[in-house]
Amino acid sequence: MINNRVFPWLDERLGLTTIYKTVLDRMVPKVNWWFTLGSATLFLFVMQAVTGIMLSVYYVPSPDKAYDSIEYIMTGVAFGWLIRGIHHWGATLMVITVFIHMLRVFFYAAYKYPREITWTTGVFLFLLTLGMGFTGYLLPWNQKAYWATTVGTSIAGSVPVIGDFILRDLRGGSDLSGVTLARFFSAHIWMLPAAIIALIGVHLYLVIRLGISSIPKENE
Amino acid sequence: MARSGNVTRRGFITSVMAFAGSIMGIVVGLPIIGYLVSPAIGGRKTDSWIPVGKLDTYPVGVPTVFSFTRSKINGWEKTTNSYSVYVLRGANDEVKVLSNVCTHLGCRVSYSKDTDTYACPCHDARFDRNGVVLSGPPPRPLDQYESKNDNGTLSIRVLES
Ligand code: HEM
Ligand code: FES
Repeated sequence: MINNRVFPWLDERLGLTTIYKTVLDRMVPKVNWWFTLGSATLFLFVMQAVTGIMLSVYYVPSPDKAYDSIEYIMTGVAFGWLIRGIHHWGATLMVITVFIHMLRVFFYAAYKYPREITWTTGVFLFLLTLGMGFTGYLLPWNQKAYWATTVGTSIAGSVPVIGDFILRDLRGGSDLSGVTLARFFSAHIWMLPAAIIALIGVHLYLVIRLGISSIPKENE
Repeated sequence: MARSGNVTRRGFITSVMAFAGSIMGIVVGLPIIGYLVSPAIGGRKTDSWIPVGKLDTYPVGVPTVFSFTRSKINGWEKTTNSYSVYVLRGANDEVKVLSNVCTHLGCRVSYSKDTDTYACPCHDARFDRNGVVLSGPPPRPLDQYESKNDNGTLSIRVLES
C-alpha cells in the first residue's frame, strides 16, 4: 500500500529505478568467481571504515595513551575484541583481495583499451591500500609497531638524494616520536581514506561506464 | 584590435582565469605543503661529547655495552632516545666504540659472547666483534663513534640531526 504510492513518488523525483538499472542491472559477460574480487575489496573497505570509526571512539593517538587505550578496547569494552579483530584481519584480507583482483585484471588483460584509466586508478588504490596497512600498523605503539615503522621509514629513507627528507617528513623529525604517531594517525583516518574514496568513485564510474571485459578467447 | 586580432574575448578571459587560478592555487597550496613538511626541515643538529665511564671498568677484548639516554624535543614532545654503544677495549688500551644501530634499517643489534658476534633480530644480520658484516643485508659495517680518553675517562662524540 504505502510502497505503491511512496515509491513511485520518490522514484519520479530521485530516479531510483535509473540508478538501480545502471549500477546493478547492467549487462555483464559470462564471467567467473575471480570477477568478484573487486566487489569483495569494496566490501572490505566499507567494513574497515565502519570498524575503524568504531575504534576511534576509544583509541587515543598519543605515545603514552595509545597502548593503554587499545588494551582497554580489548579487555574493557564490550565486543571491543571483536571490532578490533575485524579491523585487524580485514586489513590483511583487503591487501590480499586487492592484490588478487589486480592479478586477475592483469592475467585477463582487462587493463587494455579502453580501460587504461581503470587500471591506473587501480594501481593507486593498491598503493593507497598498502599505505593504510603501513600507517595502521604503527597505531598500537607497541614494540612490533615501533620497530616495523623504524624499518619501514628507513626503507623510504634509502631513496637516493631525497631519502633523508622523505624519512624526516614521514617521521615528522629525525626520530620516531609522538609527532610520528599523530601524523600516521591523520594519514590513516583522513588523508588515505579520502584519497581511496575519491579513487574508488572514479574506478567504479569507469567500471559501470565501460562495462566489464569478457574473458579472453584462445586466439585473442 | 588590429594588433591583437587573434585574441578572442573568450580566449582572453580563459587565460586570465587560468592565470588567476594558478596564483590562487599556489597561494593556497604552498602553506599546506609547508605545514605538512615543516617538522622535516631545519631542526638543530647537535654535536656533543658524552662520557661513557672510566676506561678501567671495561674488560679487555670483550665488547661491553654502555647505555645512556638523550632527550630531544620533537614537535611538542620531549622524546627520550635510548642509546647503547659497545666499547671494545684492546690490549694497549686502544678503544673502538660501536653503535648498536643496525646499518641495514635501524633495528638494534646485540652482542653475544658465545658466538662472539653481533646479531640483528630484524633480518638476521651478523657482524663480527669489530663491526664487520659477516652475513645478512647490511650495506656497511656498524658505525663507529669517535672517542677520546681524558685521564682515564672515556668520552664519545655523538652527532644528532
Ligand atoms: C580499493 C581497491 C579496489 C576496489 C574497491 C576495486 C573495485 C572494483 C570493482 C567492484 C570492479 C568490478 C569488476 C571486478 O570486481 O572484477 C573493478 C574492476 C576493475 N579493477 Fe578494481 N578495485 C580496486 C583496486 C584495483 C587495482 C589495485 C587494480 C589494478 C591495478 C584494479 C583494476 C581494475 C580494472 C582494470 C577493472 C576493470 C576490469 C574489467 O573491466 O574486466 N582495481 N574494480
Ligand atoms: S635492520 Fe638489521 S638486518 Fe635489517
